[in-house]
Amino acid sequence: MRAMTYRGPYKIRVEEKDRPRIEHPRDAIVRVTLATICGSDLHLYHGLMPDTRIGHTFGHEFVGIVDEVGPAVENLQVGDRVLVPFNVYCGTCFFCARGLYSNCHNVNPNATAVGGIYGYSHTTGGYDGGQAEYVRVPFADVGPTLIPEWMSDRDAVPLTDAVSTGYFGAQLADVVEGDVVVVLGAGPVGLTAARSSWLMGAGRVIVVDHLDYRLEKARTWAYAETVNFSQVKDVVLTLKRMTDGLGADAVIDAVGAEADGNLLQHVTAAKLKLQGGSPIALNWAIDAVRKGGTVSVMGAYGPMFSAVKFGDAMNKGLTLRMNQTPVKRQLPRLFEHVRNGFITPSDLLTHTFPLDDIAEAYHVFATKLDGCVKPAIVPGGGQ
Amino acid sequence: MPYTARKPPLPETPEQLRARIPGWGVDLDPRDRPAFPREVPDEAVIAADALPEAQPEDRPRERSIEHMRLTPVFGTAQPLHGVSGAVRRLAYARFSEARAAHWLLLLAGDRIESAGAHVTALLQGKPDDLLRETGVLGEVGAHPVRSRTGEHRADLAHAPLDPLVVVGPWLVPAALAVLGVRAVLRRARR
Repeated sequence: MRAMTYRGPYKIRVEEKDRPRIEHPRDAIVRVTLATICGSDLHLYHGLMPDTRIGHTFGHEFVGIVDEVGPAVENLQVGDRVLVPFNVYCGTCFFCARGLYSNCHNVNPNATAVGGIYGYSHTTGGYDGGQAEYVRVPFADVGPTLIPEWMSDRDAVPLTDAVSTGYFGAQLADVVEGDVVVVLGAGPVGLTAARSSWLMGAGRVIVVDHLDYRLEKARTWAYAETVNFSQVKDVVLTLKRMTDGLGADAVIDAVGAEADGNLLQHVTAAKLKLQGGSPIALNWAIDAVRKGGTVSVMGAYGPMFSAVKFGDAMNKGLTLRMNQTPVKRQLPRLFEHVRNGFITPSDLLTHTFPLDDIAEAYHVFATKLDGCVKPAIVPGGGQ
Repeated sequence: MPYTARKPPLPETPEQLRARIPGWGVDLDPRDRPAFPREVPDEAVIAADALPEAQPEDRPRERSIEHMRLTPVFGTAQPLHGVSGAVRRLAYARFSEARAAHWLLLLAGDRIESAGAHVTALLQGKPDDLLRETGVLGEVGAHPVRSRTGEHRADLAHAPLDPLVVVGPWLVPAALAVLGVRAVLRRARR
C-alpha cells in the first residue's frame, strides 16, 4: 500500500509498505478514504517529539471503510463507514472505565504519561497512522464510530481530533454565561474553541494569532473579535485593556509547542529542541486571564520541561485544566451540533492533496502558504 | 474596572448574541457538556475488572520502566534496530519518564537513525531527494511571496533557520569528508 513515511526533521515521502494485518482479535483494518494533517503533526514533522522513527507513518485524523475485522470484533462489519477517534484505547482500564479514554493505560508500553495515539511516534505507542491507504485500528469494538448517513466525510474527519479538541477546550474553560473568553491560536482547534465558547454562553470571544487570513476566519466563522499579536507591542497588555483591566475569565491555549511571539522561546524550543515546547501561548494565557480565572490548555507540548511562568499562575489563583481529548465522549453532542449547523467542520478544510503529494501538503501547511487552515489528504490519488 | 466589585458590561446582550450566533447558549447547562463531570465511572466495567487478551509479543518489545508489565496491546511499527535502537533501548531500560536523560537519549536515537538512513540511502545510490521530501515544490502555485509579505507574520524572523535545520545535518558530515579527503591527499603528496 502507499503510505506517508518520516525521513527525519522536515522530510517525509510516500513509500510502498505492507498492508497492516490483524495482530489482536479486537483489531480491525480500515481502508482510509480521507485523512487530514493536524497542527500537532507538525511537531513530529519538525522533529520535536522524542522517539519518532524513520519510516513512521503519521496521521491521527482519518475516516474510512472497515476492510477487515478480528474475530472478537462483533459490533463492526466489513464495509462500515467509520470515523476513528485519534485515541487508541481499550475501554476497560482504570482510566477508560472513568471516561478518560485519552489516558488509557493498556495501549502504550512506551510511556505511562500519555495514552495511545495513531501515527504519533513511539512515545504514544508506536502505531502507524492514517496518512496511508490502510491502517490497523486496535480495540475496534471501542473507538471507531459509524458516520451517520447524513454526514459527509469532510464533516466527519475533523471530528476525529481538531473539532472535538476545540469543543473540549471550551468545556475545560468552564465557561458560564457572560464570560469573556480569549482563544490563543486561530488554527482549526482555536477556531472551534472560539465557536464552541459561544455555545456555552460566552459573552465575548477574542481570538489572538499573527496570521491575518486566519484572524479573518475567526471573525467570519467563529464570530469573534480578533487581535494580531504581531501588530501590538504587548499582547497581554492589549488584552487587559480590552477587558477593562480585569483580564479574561478564561483563556484557551490552542497553540502549543511551536508558538511564535518570542524569538528566544521559539528558537530554543522549536529549532534547538532545548525545551519540550515553546510556552509563549501558555505564558500569555497565564498573564492575560483574570485572577481566579481558568486556563484551558489544548496545545500539544513535548514531554520535556518548558519555561512556564508558574509563579504568576499560583499568585493569581488560577485553575489550569488540560488533557488530550477523549474524543468518543464528545461525539454524540457534536453530531447534534453539526446536524443543527452550529459547528460546520468541513469549512476548516481549505486544501486537498492526493497522498502522493503529501510532502507538499506538509510544507504548505507548516509554512502557512496560500491561506491554508487545514489540508485534507486523499489516498488513492484523489484531488 | 477591577477596583470595584461589578463586572464590566458586555458589548451585547444575550438576546443579541442569540440572534447573531447560531446555537448561542445551547450548552449553557454543564450537564449538556460531554466533558462534565471530568470522570464518569462505568460501574459495570469497574465491577468486571477485566484485562484484555494479550497481543502476541513476536519480538521483545521495549517499554517504559514505569509500566509494571507490557501493555496488552501495542504498536509494532518500526521495531528497534542498530545503534539508534541500542540508544533507545537504554533510554527505556534505565531511565523513568521523569528523567531528562530518558527523553534526551530518545532524541539522540532519533538523530542517529535519521543520519544513518540518509547515509545508507546515499551508499545504496538512492540519495534522499530533498526537493521532494521537504515539499518545497509545494511553493509553486501557493502564492509564496504574497503569503509571506501580505501578512503580518511573526514567524518570518526565524524562517531563515529552517533551511539550516534541514541542510545542517548534511553540512557537518560533508565538511568532515572534505577535510578527510584533503588530509589524505596531502599525506599522499608528501
